[in-house]
Amino acid sequence: MMDKPISNRAWFLVVPVMAFVLFSSLIPMMTVVNYSVQDSMGQNSFFWNGSEWFQHLFDPATDIGGRFSRALVRNLFFSGVVLLIEVPLGILVALCIPKRGWAVGAVLVSMALPMLIPWNVVGTIWQVFARADIGLLGAALTGAGIPFNNTQDPLSAWSTVVVMDVWHWTSMVALLCYAGLKAIPDAFYQAARIDGAGRWSVFRNIELPKLRRVLVIAVLLRFMESFMIYTEPAVVTGGGPGEATSFLSLDLVKIALGQVDLGNAAAMSLVYNLITLTLCWVFFTTMTQLDARGSA
Amino acid sequence: MTRRIVLALYLLVLALPIYWLVNMSFKDNVEITSTLSFWPHRPTLEHYAHIFQDPAWYGGFLNSLSYVALNTVISVVIALPAAYAFSRYRFLGDKHLFFWLLSNLMAPPAVYAMPFFNLYSAVGLFDTVWAVALAHCLFNVPLAVWILEGFMSGVPREIDETAALDGYSFPRFFFRIFVPLIANGIGVAAFFCFMFSWVEQLLATTLTTVNAKPFVAVMTRTYSAAGMDWGLLAAAGVLTMIPGAVVIWFVRNNIAKGFALGRV
Repeated sequence: MMDKPISNRAWFLVVPVMAFVLFSSLIPMMTVVNYSVQDSMGQNSFFWNGSEWFQHLFDPATDIGGRFSRALVRNLFFSGVVLLIEVPLGILVALCIPKRGWAVGAVLVSMALPMLIPWNVVGTIWQVFARADIGLLGAALTGAGIPFNNTQDPLSAWSTVVVMDVWHWTSMVALLCYAGLKAIPDAFYQAARIDGAGRWSVFRNIELPKLRRVLVIAVLLRFMESFMIYTEPAVVTGGGPGEATSFLSLDLVKIALGQVDLGNAAAMSLVYNLITLTLCWVFFTTMTQLDARGSA
Repeated sequence: MTRRIVLALYLLVLALPIYWLVNMSFKDNVEITSTLSFWPHRPTLEHYAHIFQDPAWYGGFLNSLSYVALNTVISVVIALPAAYAFSRYRFLGDKHLFFWLLSNLMAPPAVYAMPFFNLYSAVGLFDTVWAVALAHCLFNVPLAVWILEGFMSGVPREIDETAALDGYSFPRFFFRIFVPLIANGIGVAAFFCFMFSWVEQLLATTLTTVNAKPFVAVMTRTYSAAGMDWGLLAAAGVLTMIPGAVVIWFVRNNIAKGFALGRV
């Protein structure tokens, strides 16, 4: 890793990717920047508006600022909850997958299946599954005397969205961890057995250190994906009841495509993107540092 | 033993909602709304027949498959040389560039929905499968670079050097020797591009209206008219799971390593 030759001719190999990303990322971003500093009188007549949209956005007293800060807190809470459930559960499941045998392939494929379903079908599956009249889960909960209603009760809506996300993505954490576990040589386990190590100390001293790298990737991917979740809750709850499950992306789409409020939407897009970028940078630095330490 | 039980329970929980949808797709709407049954008492194929007879439905399916295929090919082809550069050389600004690429992977599609609408309308690609295929490159190209770079770094550099000494030109070395060596990685990268393009909805529906409408956008039609056509919705949902299940079968041996992005 560390002794790669330095060659600026390698840039030629990167040019196609650069051109592509410039087209599909930088140009759209400039459009957003443009909207964020202008106001419109309608019919494509724009005038300079300075930082007013941003001032509104950061002031929780305004309508848009309040919405944004509530959606941000809600989304961070959601990401935290799903990470706290999915990471330990994923590790647990990974430890349970057999390392070899005929069943491994079948188990891995069936685990990955939820991830290959289009996101609004995932939403549809859970919308149906959680309905008290025709869904198994909803009917079972109502039958057990637990009041459950996605469209009226915020707690029901929240638990459905969280359970749906756990159902959808825990397998990814598990598959990542499984790949990490498989990379541990058998000799490590034999040595542990000779030392008389118990199950917990094998996990703590052999497996967990090996998992650190894949866990960083897992946390990074899961955090980002949950931080920009849109389609699944849009189908199941539509952000409701009220604005109970209205996460950042849902709110942004409502403002940008629903109300066509370009100035507010653009300012919100930029700040939203900047937050993800910062968090992404933190994770990325952690990851490269782990890489460097691993290969040193 | 406990391990098997935990695993079996987990798989059962995963399967249950899917089973319920499959079950529903074979029932008629009267049965769906009147009783909760674990298997269809009057099994019917009417919903599937409806989908395969209506051009709006199967046309949507073909639209989805074509932008996904286009996107997968574009992403992998342009990611290959870049991934090679990142895995083999250090060059001016390499770390920054790599991070910039990754940041696109992390950008919320909701942020891009509105500007993409403007961009693809301006270049005349709006409502074509190309618009969706190119839009999905936003996150699939960086992903492909990341995965391929991981797999390529696992190939020792001595192979490149030996080939150069043996008089192989770079293109010949790359396609004749190197590409076969990382065939697994290419398969995994293609699989992930397929997967993320197939499951993404927000951009796909924003960038199309009539001609290139994806299958899942057609699904919203079942919400209208005489209430919900639950059976039809379920049948459509079941059909969307098939391409993914087929594709994953090809990479089943590399799937764990693939999810770790080749980095284990």
